[in-house]
Amino acid sequence: MRNKFIQTLTQLAAKHDDIFLVCGDLGYSVLEPFSEQFPDRFLNAGVAEQNMTQVAAGLAREGYNVFTYSIGNFPTLRCMEQIRYDVCYHQSNVKVVAVGGGYAYGPQGVSHHTTEDLAMLRVLPHMTMCIPADAAEAEGAARFMATHKGPGYIRLNKAGEPAVHAQLDTMAPGQFIQVRDGAGTALVGTGAILHAAIRELDAAGKAWAVYSAPFVGSYGADVLKPLAERYERIVTIEEHQLNGGFGASVAEVFSDMFDAGTLKAMPRLKRIAIPNAFTPNGDGRNDIFRPTINHTILAYHFVLYNRYGERIFETFDYGTGWDGTYKGKLQQSGSYVYRIRFTSITGWQSDNNGSVLLIR
Amino acid sequence: MDSVAFAQQIRLKALTLCHTFRTSHIGGAFSIADVVAVLYSGVLSVAPDRVNDPTRDRLFYSKGHACTALYAALDIKGFFEKGALDQNFTKDGTYFTSHINHKLPGIELSTGSLGHALGVACGSALAAKRRKDDYKVFAILSDGELDEGSNWEAILFAAHHRLDNLVMIVDFNKIQSFGSVAEVIALEPLADKMRAFNWDVREIDGHDHDAVTSTLRDARAKPQGKPICVIAHTVKGKGVDFMENKLAWHYKSPVGEDFEAARRILGGSDA
Repeated sequence: MRNKFIQTLTQLAAKHDDIFLVCGDLGYSVLEPFSEQFPDRFLNAGVAEQNMTQVAAGLAREGYNVFTYSIGNFPTLRCMEQIRYDVCYHQSNVKVVAVGGGYAYGPQGVSHHTTEDLAMLRVLPHMTMCIPADAAEAEGAARFMATHKGPGYIRLNKAGEPAVHAQLDTMAPGQFIQVRDGAGTALVGTGAILHAAIRELDAAGKAWAVYSAPFVGSYGADVLKPLAERYERIVTIEEHQLNGGFGASVAEVFSDMFDAGTLKAMPRLKRIAIPNAFTPNGDGRNDIFRPTINHTILAYHFVLYNRYGERIFETFDYGTGWDGTYKGKLQQSGSYVYRIRFTSITGWQSDNNGSVLLIR
Repeated sequence: MDSVAFAQQIRLKALTLCHTFRTSHIGGAFSIADVVAVLYSGVLSVAPDRVNDPTRDRLFYSKGHACTALYAALDIKGFFEKGALDQNFTKDGTYFTSHINHKLPGIELSTGSLGHALGVACGSALAAKRRKDDYKVFAILSDGELDEGSNWEAILFAAHHRLDNLVMIVDFNKIQSFGSVAEVIALEPLADKMRAFNWDVREIDGHDHDAVTSTLRDARAKPQGKPICVIAHTVKGKGVDFMENKLAWHYKSPVGEDFEAARRILGGSDA
């Protein structure tokens, strides 16, 4: 889909002489169609994403519609403040393009896992976010962003994604695109993981309705109200942390609609995303919560509290973790607060606290 | 009004604003006041009636915390509605924030987070190069903000792209937020660093109006293939003897006898 996006952008650049592409020294064998055809509107800013974004903001204020391009966290989290301040506060015509959304570059390690971008970017005022599910949506994203005034974010996967849509006419923010009809449950996905989810549904023989949500955020009641009323359950799926992502954005709007009386009942909503959590259900995966410390431990103290401030777990033994129970009973799903202090034999002292999510 | 008298008026207004609305950063406003006065005394091609004119020069004021110097200059030059700044500085519901705001006429970019404006200025200068536009781009940076890595990304970039329509002015007052520049993160030899980065470097006394005027006019007039760095050696708190070279005046609002004494020194009339 990244090639389709750049091909489309290159075609559009012939018609729209304000389109400018700036890369952060990435895009080999992808960006050449653009850079060769429009050398005066192409720039390699080097491995310097803060400056890439600043320069883009400077070009934008002089009238260009600037697309910055790099991998995952580099054009986003690395230069978050430039996006917030130079781009969004000034309502600059800058579109951030990240390739390798979610785990598209999985084997390359955590540096390349783009799993917090939606949460961080969707809170920025004026930001319009697009996460194509396939090449057709990538083309739609390029067409939309080529004329969109203001900041934008396009999160691409990489190459060779199977098509979700047989045909796609238009795409607009706030809209869900129906992929297939169904009953009972509606699956709404954003990004390339949608195709994998459809494959799973087929394998399980489930006749759920399926929708694609290429634009994250700004859903209207005209989209969500029929969805909530027509289906018994809604399932969202995304390649992103559970906290603050696409599913969370849907839940927020449902809650606002219920509060405003637009919805008579809160819909059942299941969010499928990457858990920042442990799941003490005995399946051998994430059953015990305990830290991993790369020091030889001399003294150790791990204590954990529930939301009422009760101390429900304590140990001085580094080898022991919390199994999710208190007085023999599995605790309810939710946030728990921990404090972990230790001293290593070399005298290194550490005092950490934070919260962990328990999912049953 | 010559630039020396203008600079004094800027200082007096900045002092009054910091006093009346109990704000900080008078020291950094005073150190750059002379450079700002010279820029708005015929160096920059700007005017209140052409703030959106594409041919105007662009000034990117990166040390947004020293807002009172720029606000005062723009106010005196008629960019703001008469009396608006004096009444509304830092007031809720207005854009006279104590870090400069681009929603005010004559201000190109909101700043306040350090290390942003030089890169944006590079984008603006590059656009002029690509389109063969004649406007010039100026950026005023503090010395402390040269600690920001983003500035050094921009410094590499400007030299690589030969942005000779870009003039970076460093207000080198030698004091940053929590100590002297030499103590916190030493910049010296700054001129050598900038030369090594392939910039055309001019070192001047940032309070000598003749030197500032000739250097900035020359920098504006003659593009020679390299971006220009003007290192303005300045004194934090310049103009009021008891504020000079004192870290405290990065923070303190001038009140009571301090305010009265400073006003007298700057030639203000009695209250």
